[in-house]
Amino acid sequence: MLDFLRQFWNRDSDSSRQIAKKRLQLVLVHDRVNVSPSLLEALKEDLLEVISKYMEIEEEGLEVNLDRFENSVALVANIPVRRLKRSLEQGRLS
Amino acid sequence: MAGRVLVVTSGKGGVGKTTTTANIGAGLALLGRKVCLIDADIGLRNLDVVLGLENRIVYDLTDVVEGNCRVRQALIKDKRTDNLYLLPAAQTKEKEAVAPEQMKALCDELREDFEYVIVDCPAGIERGFKNAIAGADEAIIVTTPEVAAVRDADRIIGLLEASELYEPRLIINRIRPQMVRKGDMMGIEDIIEILAIKLLGVVPDDETIIVSTNKGEPVVMDKRSRAGQAYNNIVRRIEGLDVPFMSLEEEGLLTRLKRALLGHS
Repeated sequence: MLDFLRQFWNRDSDSSRQIAKKRLQLVLVHDRVNVSPSLLEALKEDLLEVISKYMEIEEEGLEVNLDRFENSVALVANIPVRRLKRSLEQGRLS
Repeated sequence: MAGRVLVVTSGKGGVGKTTTTANIGAGLALLGRKVCLIDADIGLRNLDVVLGLENRIVYDLTDVVEGNCRVRQALIKDKRTDNLYLLPAAQTKEKEAVAPEQMKALCDELREDFEYVIVDCPAGIERGFKNAIAGADEAIIVTTPEVAAVRDADRIIGLLEASELYEPRLIINRIRPQMVRKGDMMGIEDIIEILAIKLLGVVPDDETIIVSTNKGEPVVMDKRSRAGQAYNNIVRRIEGLDVPFMSLEEEGLLTRLKRALLGHS
Protein backbone atom coordinates (compact mmCIF):
# COMPACT_ATOMS: atom_id res chain seq x y z
CA MET A 1 0.00 0.00 0.00
CA LEU A 2 2.85 2.34 0.85
CA ASP A 3 4.44 1.63 -2.48
CA PHE A 4 1.14 2.27 -4.14
CA LEU A 5 0.84 5.69 -2.50
CA ARG A 6 4.46 6.45 -3.22
CA GLN A 7 3.92 5.77 -6.88
CA PHE A 8 1.08 8.23 -6.94
CA TRP A 9 2.51 11.00 -4.85
CA ASN A 10 6.18 10.81 -5.64
CA ARG A 11 6.72 13.35 -8.32
CA ASP A 12 8.11 11.77 -11.45
CA SER A 13 10.93 14.24 -11.82
CA ASP A 14 12.34 13.27 -8.43
CA SER A 15 12.68 9.58 -9.19
CA SER A 16 16.12 8.15 -9.84
CA ARG A 17 14.67 6.81 -13.10
CA GLN A 18 14.06 10.36 -14.32
CA ILE A 19 17.38 11.58 -12.97
CA ALA A 20 19.19 8.81 -14.86
CA LYS A 21 17.31 9.65 -18.04
CA LYS A 22 18.08 13.34 -17.83
CA ARG A 23 21.75 12.80 -17.06
CA LEU A 24 22.00 10.40 -19.94
CA GLN A 25 20.31 12.78 -22.37
CA LEU A 26 22.68 15.53 -21.42
CA VAL A 27 25.83 13.43 -21.58
CA LEU A 28 24.78 12.14 -25.00
CA VAL A 29 24.33 15.66 -26.31
CA HIS A 30 28.01 16.19 -25.65
CA ASP A 31 29.04 12.74 -26.87
CA ARG A 32 27.10 13.06 -30.10
CA VAL A 33 28.35 16.46 -31.12
CA ASN A 34 31.79 15.38 -30.04
CA VAL A 35 32.68 18.58 -28.24
CA SER A 36 35.44 18.42 -25.68
CA PRO A 37 35.40 20.62 -22.57
CA SER A 38 38.54 22.37 -23.81
CA LEU A 39 36.76 23.31 -27.04
CA LEU A 40 33.87 24.80 -25.08
CA GLU A 41 36.36 26.70 -22.95
CA ALA A 42 38.02 28.14 -26.05
CA LEU A 43 34.63 29.15 -27.44
CA LYS A 44 33.85 30.85 -24.14
CA GLU A 45 37.03 32.90 -24.33
CA ASP A 46 36.38 33.97 -27.90
CA LEU A 47 32.78 34.90 -27.08
CA LEU A 48 34.03 36.95 -24.15
CA GLU A 49 36.45 38.81 -26.37
CA VAL A 50 33.86 39.68 -29.02
CA ILE A 51 31.07 40.65 -26.63
CA SER A 52 33.43 42.77 -24.53
CA LYS A 53 33.78 45.09 -27.50
CA TYR A 54 30.14 46.02 -27.17
CA MET A 55 29.29 45.63 -23.51
CA GLU A 56 30.79 45.12 -20.14
CA ILE A 57 30.01 41.63 -18.89
CA GLU A 58 30.51 39.68 -15.74
CA GLU A 59 33.16 37.14 -16.59
CA GLU A 60 32.54 34.93 -13.57
CA GLY A 61 28.87 34.55 -14.41
CA LEU A 62 29.49 33.53 -18.01
CA GLU A 63 28.07 30.12 -18.84
CA VAL A 64 28.29 28.41 -22.20
CA ASN A 65 26.80 24.98 -22.62
CA LEU A 66 25.36 22.63 -25.17
CA ASP A 67 21.83 21.72 -24.30
CA ARG A 68 19.10 19.50 -25.54
CA PHE A 69 16.16 21.38 -26.94
CA GLU A 70 13.23 19.32 -28.18
CA ASN A 71 14.99 17.01 -30.60
CA SER A 72 17.94 19.21 -31.41
CA VAL A 73 21.04 20.50 -29.75
CA ALA A 74 21.32 24.17 -28.81
CA LEU A 75 24.22 26.29 -27.73
CA VAL A 76 22.99 28.10 -24.65
CA ALA A 77 24.96 31.03 -23.33
CA ASN A 78 24.13 32.89 -20.18
CA ILE A 79 26.00 36.18 -20.16
CA PRO A 80 25.28 38.65 -17.35
CA VAL A 81 25.68 42.22 -18.62
CA ARG A 82 27.06 44.87 -16.29
CA ARG A 83 26.60 47.83 -18.62
CA LEU A 84 26.36 48.64 -22.29
CA LYS A 85 29.03 50.69 -23.95
CA ARG A 86 27.91 54.10 -25.14
CA SER A 87 28.83 53.86 -28.78
CA LEU A 88 29.94 51.31 -31.28
CA GLU A 89 32.98 53.36 -32.24
CA GLN A 90 34.15 53.50 -28.67
CA GLY A 91 33.66 49.80 -28.47
CA ARG A 92 35.56 49.13 -31.62
CA LEU A 93 38.42 51.40 -30.68
CA SER A 94 39.03 49.82 -27.31
CA MET B 1 23.73 -21.48 -48.84
CA ALA B 2 24.69 -18.04 -47.66
CA GLY B 3 23.92 -17.62 -43.99
CA ARG B 4 23.50 -14.44 -41.99
CA VAL B 5 26.41 -13.06 -39.98
CA LEU B 6 25.36 -11.32 -36.77
CA VAL B 7 27.58 -9.54 -34.28
CA VAL B 8 26.60 -9.14 -30.63
CA THR B 9 28.19 -6.02 -29.19
CA SER B 10 27.77 -3.44 -26.41
CA GLY B 11 30.76 -1.21 -25.87
CA LYS B 12 30.63 -1.59 -22.11
CA GLY B 13 31.78 -4.84 -20.56
CA GLY B 14 29.74 -6.97 -18.21
CA VAL B 15 26.30 -6.27 -19.68
CA GLY B 16 25.78 -9.83 -20.90
CA LYS B 17 27.10 -10.07 -24.45
CA THR B 18 28.47 -13.58 -24.06
CA THR B 19 25.37 -14.91 -22.31
CA THR B 20 23.25 -13.30 -25.02
CA THR B 21 25.36 -14.83 -27.80
CA ALA B 22 25.20 -18.28 -26.21
CA ASN B 23 21.43 -18.12 -25.78
CA ILE B 24 20.66 -16.76 -29.22
CA GLY B 25 22.88 -19.44 -30.72
CA ALA B 26 21.37 -22.25 -28.67
CA GLY B 27 17.85 -20.92 -29.29
CA LEU B 28 18.32 -20.83 -33.07
CA ALA B 29 19.82 -24.32 -32.96
CA LEU B 30 16.76 -25.57 -31.02
CA LEU B 31 14.63 -24.24 -33.87
CA GLY B 32 16.66 -26.46 -36.19
CA ARG B 33 18.96 -23.81 -37.62
CA LYS B 34 22.60 -24.59 -38.26
CA VAL B 35 24.56 -22.14 -36.15
CA CYS B 36 28.23 -21.31 -35.65
CA LEU B 37 29.28 -19.06 -32.75
CA ILE B 38 32.60 -17.24 -32.92
CA ASP B 39 34.23 -16.00 -29.73
CA ALA B 40 36.10 -12.88 -30.89
CA ASP B 41 37.27 -11.95 -27.42
CA ILE B 42 40.89 -12.96 -27.93
CA GLY B 43 42.78 -13.31 -24.67
CA LEU B 44 39.61 -13.33 -22.56
CA ARG B 45 37.83 -16.38 -23.86
CA ASN B 46 34.49 -17.00 -22.15
CA LEU B 47 31.89 -18.29 -24.56
CA ASP B 48 33.28 -21.82 -24.13
CA VAL B 49 32.54 -21.88 -20.39
CA VAL B 50 29.10 -20.32 -20.77
CA LEU B 51 28.27 -23.18 -23.16
CA GLY B 52 30.01 -25.79 -21.01
CA LEU B 53 32.47 -26.69 -23.79
CA GLU B 54 35.70 -25.62 -22.12
CA ASN B 55 37.17 -29.11 -21.98
CA ARG B 56 36.90 -29.80 -25.68
CA ILE B 57 39.02 -27.05 -27.17
CA VAL B 58 41.93 -28.09 -29.36
CA TYR B 59 42.36 -25.31 -31.91
CA ASP B 60 41.12 -21.73 -31.81
CA LEU B 61 40.26 -18.73 -33.96
CA THR B 62 43.87 -17.57 -34.21
CA ASP B 63 45.00 -21.04 -35.29
CA VAL B 64 42.47 -20.93 -38.12
CA VAL B 65 43.50 -17.46 -39.24
CA GLU B 66 47.19 -18.34 -39.07
CA GLY B 67 46.62 -21.52 -41.05
CA ASN B 68 47.66 -23.95 -38.30
CA CYS B 69 44.48 -25.91 -38.90
CA ARG B 70 41.38 -25.94 -41.07
CA VAL B 71 38.15 -24.31 -39.83
CA ARG B 72 36.44 -27.68 -39.46
CA GLN B 73 39.14 -28.90 -37.09
CA ALA B 74 38.69 -25.95 -34.78
CA LEU B 75 34.90 -26.10 -34.57
CA ILE B 76 33.51 -27.66 -31.40
CA LYS B 77 30.13 -29.31 -31.58
CA ASP B 78 27.73 -28.49 -28.76
CA LYS B 79 26.95 -31.43 -26.50
CA ARG B 80 23.20 -30.80 -26.25
CA THR B 81 22.17 -29.69 -29.72
CA ASP B 82 23.20 -31.20 -33.03
CA ASN B 83 23.52 -28.08 -35.10
CA LEU B 84 25.37 -25.69 -32.79
CA TYR B 85 29.12 -25.17 -33.16
CA LEU B 86 31.67 -22.96 -31.44
CA LEU B 87 34.85 -21.46 -32.79
CA PRO B 88 36.69 -20.53 -29.58
CA ALA B 89 38.95 -17.53 -29.07
CA ALA B 90 42.65 -17.95 -28.36
CA GLN B 91 43.40 -17.48 -24.69
CA THR B 92 47.13 -16.82 -24.82
CA LYS B 93 47.57 -14.85 -28.03
CA GLU B 94 47.44 -11.16 -28.91
CA LYS B 95 44.40 -9.45 -30.39
CA GLU B 96 46.67 -8.12 -33.14
CA ALA B 97 47.19 -11.67 -34.42
CA VAL B 98 43.86 -11.31 -36.25
CA ALA B 99 43.05 -8.57 -38.78
CA PRO B 100 39.57 -7.35 -39.79
CA GLU B 101 40.05 -8.63 -43.38
CA GLN B 102 40.86 -12.10 -42.05
CA MET B 103 37.75 -12.09 -39.88
CA LYS B 104 35.66 -11.08 -42.86
CA ALA B 105 37.09 -13.91 -44.95
CA LEU B 106 36.45 -16.36 -42.11
CA CYS B 107 32.83 -15.25 -41.68
CA ASP B 108 32.28 -15.56 -45.42
CA GLU B 109 33.73 -19.06 -45.40
CA LEU B 110 31.53 -20.12 -42.47
CA ARG B 111 28.33 -18.68 -43.92
CA GLU B 112 28.63 -21.17 -46.76
CA ASP B 113 28.04 -23.99 -44.25
CA PHE B 114 25.90 -22.33 -41.59
CA GLU B 115 22.57 -20.53 -41.62
CA TYR B 116 23.74 -18.26 -38.83
CA VAL B 117 27.23 -17.12 -37.86
CA ILE B 118 27.10 -15.18 -34.58
CA VAL B 119 30.15 -13.25 -33.41
CA ASP B 120 30.60 -12.47 -29.70
CA CYS B 121 32.34 -9.10 -29.65
CA PRO B 122 34.76 -8.09 -26.89
CA ALA B 123 34.11 -4.98 -24.79
CA GLY B 124 35.68 -1.76 -25.98
CA ILE B 125 35.97 -0.05 -29.34
CA GLU B 126 39.51 -1.06 -30.27
CA ARG B 127 40.93 -3.78 -32.50
CA GLY B 128 38.82 -6.55 -31.02
CA PHE B 129 35.64 -4.61 -31.82
CA LYS B 130 36.80 -3.85 -35.35
CA ASN B 131 37.62 -7.51 -35.89
CA ALA B 132 34.27 -8.66 -34.55
CA ILE B 133 32.17 -6.39 -36.74
CA ALA B 134 34.28 -6.80 -39.89
CA GLY B 135 32.34 -9.72 -41.35
CA ALA B 136 28.88 -8.92 -39.98
CA ASP B 137 25.75 -7.98 -41.94
CA GLU B 138 23.66 -7.23 -38.86
CA ALA B 139 24.40 -6.02 -35.36
CA ILE B 140 22.69 -6.69 -32.05
CA ILE B 141 23.47 -4.27 -29.24
CA VAL B 142 23.14 -5.40 -25.64
CA THR B 143 22.65 -2.86 -22.88
CA THR B 144 21.43 -2.73 -19.29
CA PRO B 145 19.22 0.01 -17.80
CA GLU B 146 22.18 2.00 -16.50
CA VAL B 147 23.52 5.36 -17.59
CA ALA B 148 27.01 4.07 -18.41
CA ALA B 149 25.80 1.08 -20.43
CA VAL B 150 23.30 3.10 -22.48
CA ARG B 151 25.88 5.80 -23.09
CA ASP B 152 28.32 3.21 -24.46
CA ALA B 153 25.55 1.66 -26.55
CA ASP B 154 24.98 5.07 -28.14
CA ARG B 155 28.66 5.33 -29.00
CA ILE B 156 28.59 1.85 -30.52
CA ILE B 157 25.59 2.76 -32.68
CA GLY B 158 27.63 5.65 -34.10
CA LEU B 159 30.68 3.46 -34.72
CA LEU B 160 28.59 0.77 -36.39
CA GLU B 161 27.07 3.36 -38.68
CA ALA B 162 30.54 4.60 -39.57
CA SER B 163 31.33 1.00 -40.58
CA GLU B 164 28.15 0.85 -42.66
CA LEU B 165 26.32 -1.47 -40.29
CA TYR B 166 22.96 0.25 -40.23
CA GLU B 167 19.86 -0.41 -38.15
CA PRO B 168 21.29 -2.38 -35.25
CA ARG B 169 18.69 -3.86 -32.93
CA LEU B 170 18.69 -3.54 -29.16
CA ILE B 171 18.42 -6.07 -26.36
CA ILE B 172 17.80 -4.58 -22.93
CA ASN B 173 19.25 -6.98 -20.40
CA ARG B 174 18.72 -7.36 -16.65
CA ILE B 175 15.67 -5.18 -16.39
CA ARG B 176 13.73 -5.25 -13.13
CA PRO B 177 10.12 -4.34 -13.93
CA GLN B 178 9.31 -3.71 -10.29
CA MET B 179 12.10 -1.15 -9.95
CA VAL B 180 11.02 0.51 -13.18
CA ARG B 181 7.48 0.81 -11.88
CA LYS B 182 8.71 2.36 -8.65
CA GLY B 183 10.69 4.90 -10.62
CA ASP B 184 14.03 3.46 -9.53
CA MET B 185 15.25 2.16 -12.89
CA MET B 186 15.13 3.40 -16.46
CA GLY B 187 12.43 1.63 -18.42
CA ILE B 188 12.22 0.27 -21.93
CA GLU B 189 10.54 3.41 -23.30
CA ASP B 190 13.22 5.63 -21.73
CA ILE B 191 16.07 3.72 -23.34
CA ILE B 192 14.40 3.36 -26.73
CA GLU B 193 13.56 7.05 -26.77
CA ILE B 194 17.17 7.98 -26.02
CA LEU B 195 18.88 5.57 -28.41
CA ALA B 196 16.21 5.74 -31.12
CA ILE B 197 16.78 2.20 -32.38
CA LYS B 198 14.61 -0.86 -32.87
CA LEU B 199 13.99 -3.13 -29.90
CA LEU B 200 14.79 -6.80 -30.41
CA GLY B 201 13.98 -7.96 -26.90
CA VAL B 202 14.03 -7.46 -23.18
CA VAL B 203 15.54 -9.95 -20.75
CA PRO B 204 14.52 -9.74 -17.09
CA ASP B 205 17.09 -9.87 -14.33
CA ASP B 206 16.61 -13.49 -13.39
CA GLU B 207 18.40 -15.80 -10.98
CA THR B 208 17.92 -18.74 -13.32
CA ILE B 209 20.57 -17.21 -15.59
CA ILE B 210 23.16 -17.45 -12.83
CA VAL B 211 22.18 -21.03 -12.08
CA SER B 212 22.32 -22.11 -15.71
CA THR B 213 25.60 -20.30 -16.30
CA ASN B 214 27.05 -22.10 -13.28
CA LYS B 215 26.17 -25.36 -14.99
CA GLY B 216 27.28 -24.30 -18.44
CA GLU B 217 23.80 -24.63 -19.92
CA PRO B 218 22.14 -21.83 -21.91
CA VAL B 219 19.02 -20.69 -20.04
CA VAL B 220 17.04 -20.69 -23.30
CA MET B 221 16.79 -24.47 -22.86
CA ASP B 222 14.98 -24.02 -19.55
CA LYS B 223 11.32 -23.78 -20.47
CA ARG B 224 10.28 -22.51 -17.03
CA SER B 225 12.70 -19.59 -16.90
CA ARG B 226 11.41 -16.08 -17.67
CA ALA B 227 14.81 -15.14 -19.07
CA GLY B 228 14.79 -18.31 -21.14
CA GLN B 229 11.40 -17.32 -22.58
CA ALA B 230 12.72 -13.86 -23.33
CA TYR B 231 15.64 -15.35 -25.31
CA ASN B 232 13.25 -17.63 -27.09
CA ASN B 233 11.21 -14.63 -28.18
CA ILE B 234 14.36 -12.83 -29.32
CA VAL B 235 15.39 -15.82 -31.40
CA ARG B 236 12.02 -15.99 -33.12
CA ARG B 237 12.15 -12.25 -33.84
CA ILE B 238 15.57 -12.78 -35.45
CA GLU B 239 13.90 -15.43 -37.58
CA GLY B 240 11.51 -12.75 -38.77
CA LEU B 241 8.46 -13.76 -36.74
CA ASP B 242 6.23 -11.14 -35.19
CA VAL B 243 6.44 -12.11 -31.53
CA PRO B 244 4.57 -9.92 -29.05
CA PHE B 245 6.58 -8.59 -26.12
CA MET B 246 6.14 -10.31 -22.78
CA SER B 247 4.16 -8.49 -20.11
CA LEU B 248 7.35 -7.52 -18.28
CA GLU B 249 8.40 -5.74 -21.41
CA GLU B 250 5.45 -3.39 -21.11
CA GLU B 251 5.20 -0.56 -18.71
CA GLY B 252 3.28 -1.12 -15.52
CA LEU B 253 -0.42 -0.49 -15.24
CA LEU B 254 0.18 2.12 -12.57
CA THR B 255 2.56 4.12 -14.72
CA ARG B 256 -0.02 4.24 -17.47
CA LEU B 257 -2.80 5.11 -15.04
CA LYS B 258 -0.69 7.85 -13.53
CA ARG B 259 0.12 9.19 -16.96
CA ALA B 260 -3.55 9.23 -17.86
CA LEU B 261 -4.44 11.03 -14.64
CA LEU B 262 -1.62 13.52 -14.46
CA GLY B 263 -1.00 13.94 -18.13
CA HIS B 264 2.76 13.58 -18.12
CA SER B 265 5.27 10.82 -18.32
